[in-house]
Amino acid sequence: MSTTTKTPTAPESRTPAPSRAATLLGDRRLPVLVTAGLFLAMYVAGLSRYQNYGFGEPQVFMNLFIDNGYLLVAAVGVTFVILSGGIDLSVGSVIGFTTMFTAWLVERQGLPILVVIPMALAVGAFGGFLMGYVIHNFEIQPFIVTLAGLFLFRGLCLVISKESISIGDPSVSSMAGAQVNLGAGFLSIGAIVALVVLAGAFYVLHYTRFGRRVYAVGGNEQSALLMGLPQGGTKIAVYTISGFCSALAGLLFTLYIQSGDPLHATGMELDAIAAVVIGGTLLTGGSGYVIGTLFGVLVLGLIKSIIQFEGTLSSWWTKIATGVLLCAFILIQRAMTTRKKA
Amino acid sequence: MTTTPRWRALTHHHLFWPVAVLVVLLLVNVPFTPDFFSIRMTNGHLHGSLVSIVLFGSPLILVAVGMTLVIATGGIDLSVGAVVAITGALTCSYISDQSDQSALSGVFLAMGIGLLAAVICGLWNGFLVARMGIQPIIATLIIMVAGRGVAQLITDGQIITVNSEPFKMIGGGYWLTLPFSIFVVAVVVAVTVMLTRRTALGLLVESVGGNAEASRLVGIRSRRIKIMVYVFCAVCAGIAGLMISSNTSAADGNNAGLWIELDAILAVVIGGTSLLGGRFSIGGTVVGALVIQTLTTTIYTIGVPTQTNLVFKAAVVIVVCLLQSPKFRAKVFRGKFGTKPGAKGGTGQPAAAPADTAPAPEAAPKMEVS
Amino acid sequence: MAEPRPVLEMTGIVKEFPGVRALSGVDFRLFPGEIHALMGENGAGKSTLIKVLTGVYALDDGTITLDGQPVQIDSPLQAQQAGISTVYQEVNLCPNLSVAENIFIGREPTRFGRIQWNRMRKEAAELVDRLGLDIDVTAPLSSYPLAVQQLVAIVRSVGTGDSDGEGSGTKVLVLDEPTSSLDRDEVLELFRLMRQLRDEGVAILFVSHFLDQIYEICDRMTVLRNGGLVGEHMVSELDQVGLIELMIGKALDQLEGLHEHQLHSDVGETLVKADSLGRTGGIAPFDLEIKKGEVVGLAGLLGSGRTELARLLFGADQPDSGKLTIGGKQVSMSAPNDAIGAGVAFCSENRKTEGLVPDLTVRENIILALQAARGWTRPIPVSQRDELVAKYIKALDIRPANPEARVGQLSGGNQQKVLLARWLITQPKMLILDEPTRGIDVGAKAEIQKLVVSLSEEGMAVLYIAAELEEVLRLSHTIGVLRDRRLVARLTNGPEITTSKILETIASGEHQ
Repeated sequence: MSTTTKTPTAPESRTPAPSRAATLLGDRRLPVLVTAGLFLAMYVAGLSRYQNYGFGEPQVFMNLFIDNGYLLVAAVGVTFVILSGGIDLSVGSVIGFTTMFTAWLVERQGLPILVVIPMALAVGAFGGFLMGYVIHNFEIQPFIVTLAGLFLFRGLCLVISKESISIGDPSVSSMAGAQVNLGAGFLSIGAIVALVVLAGAFYVLHYTRFGRRVYAVGGNEQSALLMGLPQGGTKIAVYTISGFCSALAGLLFTLYIQSGDPLHATGMELDAIAAVVIGGTLLTGGSGYVIGTLFGVLVLGLIKSIIQFEGTLSSWWTKIATGVLLCAFILIQRAMTTRKKA
Repeated sequence: MTTTPRWRALTHHHLFWPVAVLVVLLLVNVPFTPDFFSIRMTNGHLHGSLVSIVLFGSPLILVAVGMTLVIATGGIDLSVGAVVAITGALTCSYISDQSDQSALSGVFLAMGIGLLAAVICGLWNGFLVARMGIQPIIATLIIMVAGRGVAQLITDGQIITVNSEPFKMIGGGYWLTLPFSIFVVAVVVAVTVMLTRRTALGLLVESVGGNAEASRLVGIRSRRIKIMVYVFCAVCAGIAGLMISSNTSAADGNNAGLWIELDAILAVVIGGTSLLGGRFSIGGTVVGALVIQTLTTTIYTIGVPTQTNLVFKAAVVIVVCLLQSPKFRAKVFRGKFGTKPGAKGGTGQPAAAPADTAPAPEAAPKMEVS
Repeated sequence: MAEPRPVLEMTGIVKEFPGVRALSGVDFRLFPGEIHALMGENGAGKSTLIKVLTGVYALDDGTITLDGQPVQIDSPLQAQQAGISTVYQEVNLCPNLSVAENIFIGREPTRFGRIQWNRMRKEAAELVDRLGLDIDVTAPLSSYPLAVQQLVAIVRSVGTGDSDGEGSGTKVLVLDEPTSSLDRDEVLELFRLMRQLRDEGVAILFVSHFLDQIYEICDRMTVLRNGGLVGEHMVSELDQVGLIELMIGKALDQLEGLHEHQLHSDVGETLVKADSLGRTGGIAPFDLEIKKGEVVGLAGLLGSGRTELARLLFGADQPDSGKLTIGGKQVSMSAPNDAIGAGVAFCSENRKTEGLVPDLTVRENIILALQAARGWTRPIPVSQRDELVAKYIKALDIRPANPEARVGQLSGGNQQKVLLARWLITQPKMLILDEPTRGIDVGAKAEIQKLVVSLSEEGMAVLYIAAELEEVLRLSHTIGVLRDRRLVARLTNGPEITTSKILETIASGEHQ
């Protein structure tokens, strides 16, 4: 592990590198590996059980991305917030609002979708910025501020229209129907965008100073301040990113479902938070990987697929399974953090 | 201005602002519905806007009262909505399996089963928070997510309807000319006040929420207290669940009690209990819940589209939280009272006067010297 | 030594807080290549001076020059950029990040905005290596003990400006009580690093409560008292007794005969007995006996382990060695409840954070301990409660005499009395008072001391901790002397015991 360089003085005080077992348990990558392993195990189990029903088709795997692309984008945004030690409850509402906003502008106002997309993204990002601004400047708990955001955006949905607006615009339909062939199967535009967002988030979190600041603020906000890092700006930026991602997720959801509805994506913030936690990110902030979030989303998606394949199981098992997984991962996290302190 | 001290005492009472907001909201209705305050007697039942505000607000009051104690210990309970759904689902599915749905024993047993489930949920939350030391938001998130699934599992994804006169009583019946649920709420509120103020529970809860370390050093067994308040909160949610399913004579695992946790937290905050824990006010919470219900009613009666309800709610949350934020108040005060202490660039010796005349001790920055 | 130009000069520094003048015209200078101790009792203004220097507080008056240039320091970031780095007692790093990142965060080497991880790890490894440390820079910081984290914090400070040639490198390194939780070997390693940096020309400002360490490592010292400058001395020219005199502001011979012994003599049988009770990182194992009706005073400088000792006796911290007997029965101190059950009461020195519940009223705070002991189901009857509260408000003269007043709004002295009342109401067998007279006015001080005397006359055992030696001497039958987290001596009070005798014991640290 650690390269033993020469120590000319005071060899007693050098710290032995942590033992291998401790390294394994203390390794921050462990939860991600567990989740990836869980995903693999579930997938293999699905293969053996439903192979005669076409579970092994590559397209079934691709569909995980197609059907959950919007959730992945939203969860990536939430990952930023949770890594910084905050929480964002407004995700589902912003997604719902974006579907309404987009559908309304395209269908009722006749704006071209290419004009609407940047507008929707700007509104989402601005909403996130406002929440971050209030959280940082007035030191109000993120939970409450984003709760207000949840109410506000869901309310704005209903202000636009109480009724569902279906989108018949041909350019939207063609975008929604577009398929990118990968030989073994195809992906939708939404899935591609989601993967691009994932890659972008990975790059930002691991290869930019901003990304490392997010981890630093989540690890110890007071320290980050004393180390001379602009923690306030980081916090505001994190909520802005989450707002932007939610709006983007809303656009993908609009493409996926081709309508706007004031009740779309109700409670999706819980799915997003659950995916992040199952993906191994500590809810207290500072530790986790956006790749883990991908596996978290895939595990949730796979549960849905398996339940569909099972046929006799009802949809609510998804919620129960999510809750059980959430509980298991929270307890794992708890065990890891207490071990570290001991 | 001889009335000033009395007026100050009044405005400083912890219930002043919640009640003021409630009164203003009620008065707003008058121009639109002139008979807003009138109460009529029809068929031996009292009717009127005020009665319906209390009636429709009953489940919220119950949940919010339980939530108050949890918040006072410095925690939060997100799972109450799910507990509402589970309790309603269990009770209704048990009643609907009975041959005689109106048999009293069956109904009581059904309600007992429902409340038992609520107690188990509360114990689980309390266990995670007090024993495992998991943050309350996270710990209660588990049942918030899984609970609705469980409720749907119980009802098999259907909306179970029941036809039981005794059960209908709790949420939809009348007694002594008033909706029966008002009595349920009154009893629960009274029991809560007794439990917290006639015993030492309230004091210990406030102490744990106000200063956890000091409470440990004074010998308070805070784990027990925390588990107790989570159980109590879940039971309150359970009773609310009975009331909601009784009112509609149906259990809807998906929608019963949806968002009620958020409304309840809001009611607690409006009622003047700080989200950081410590001092709590059951009376304030009841008023807070009534404010929320009145807001809904008002929006309806003054003809603003009901959809904007949520937007108003968001505005209320933000305003209340900003007013509670010391940082926000400090910024506002700074504008009014000149430079803040320790402002940069001041050369020479700043007079001690501004600091001495600072409006309130809390507004002064808390700085430890050395 | 021909004095070169100081790298840092602070002149006429004034810092005020509402109602308090924390620094009144302090001068301070620091030369390159020296280790300089900042000395003073608690409240002398050390922390304030450091916080002014590092940009945490804005100064109200005075100038700071660095390398002869006047500078204005408004934030920790600006201080760092100017070349002033600080390592605090609690390591202010991010334990969740790797060592290399902690060294470089905020100034990671980048190309086109992309962090160059390999370069960063290489540079961090080189830096660590150059300073003679053996630390795996890719491991997360949290996998190392506190001592190593502290070293990493120092590496971070001296590494400032190493990458990309930004900044000018660290000129001044401030170490604010870095040694308080390190063991001897760890301290040695820290000192080795400090000497190396000093020899490289860095000016180091060192704050420690351990006198031995000051004499071991420092070249020069500045002494503060009550927010003012007392003097600057070469360490070699001032002995420990002289230093303590400067810190407390009285010559030792002046202190002689200030107290009169009028201690009552009816001390009873042993109540509390500690056998090699100790806690790593808190206090070395100690033996102590406290008898009924006896006042045991603890003397020692701040940070010498007084509070740690008291907390062990109360079960506020768990001991990891030794045993404790109270009233002949061995007690396991797993929580304060056990101590309270055995009749021990503890008034913490931190009234606000560990004592009072500021939102609650005087009455509620007073009955809290008694109520906690009774459990929630057995509230104290209202009439009895009001009577008790009224009695203690009167007995202790708590003002305002309004049981409904919020305790957070009371003055320090009255808050202390509320805390006392809270425990007296439980009729404890032993009362532990940690700095009960700190930060309260003279009148209240005298009242509290009188109270201690009368309580002990009634047979209560008292463990009394105070910074002022006269106070300890005046009240105590037995005086425990602490130094560097050890109980070094137990003196039986008598005519031959004087404050100077105590001070000599503190300074020499000799067992008696």
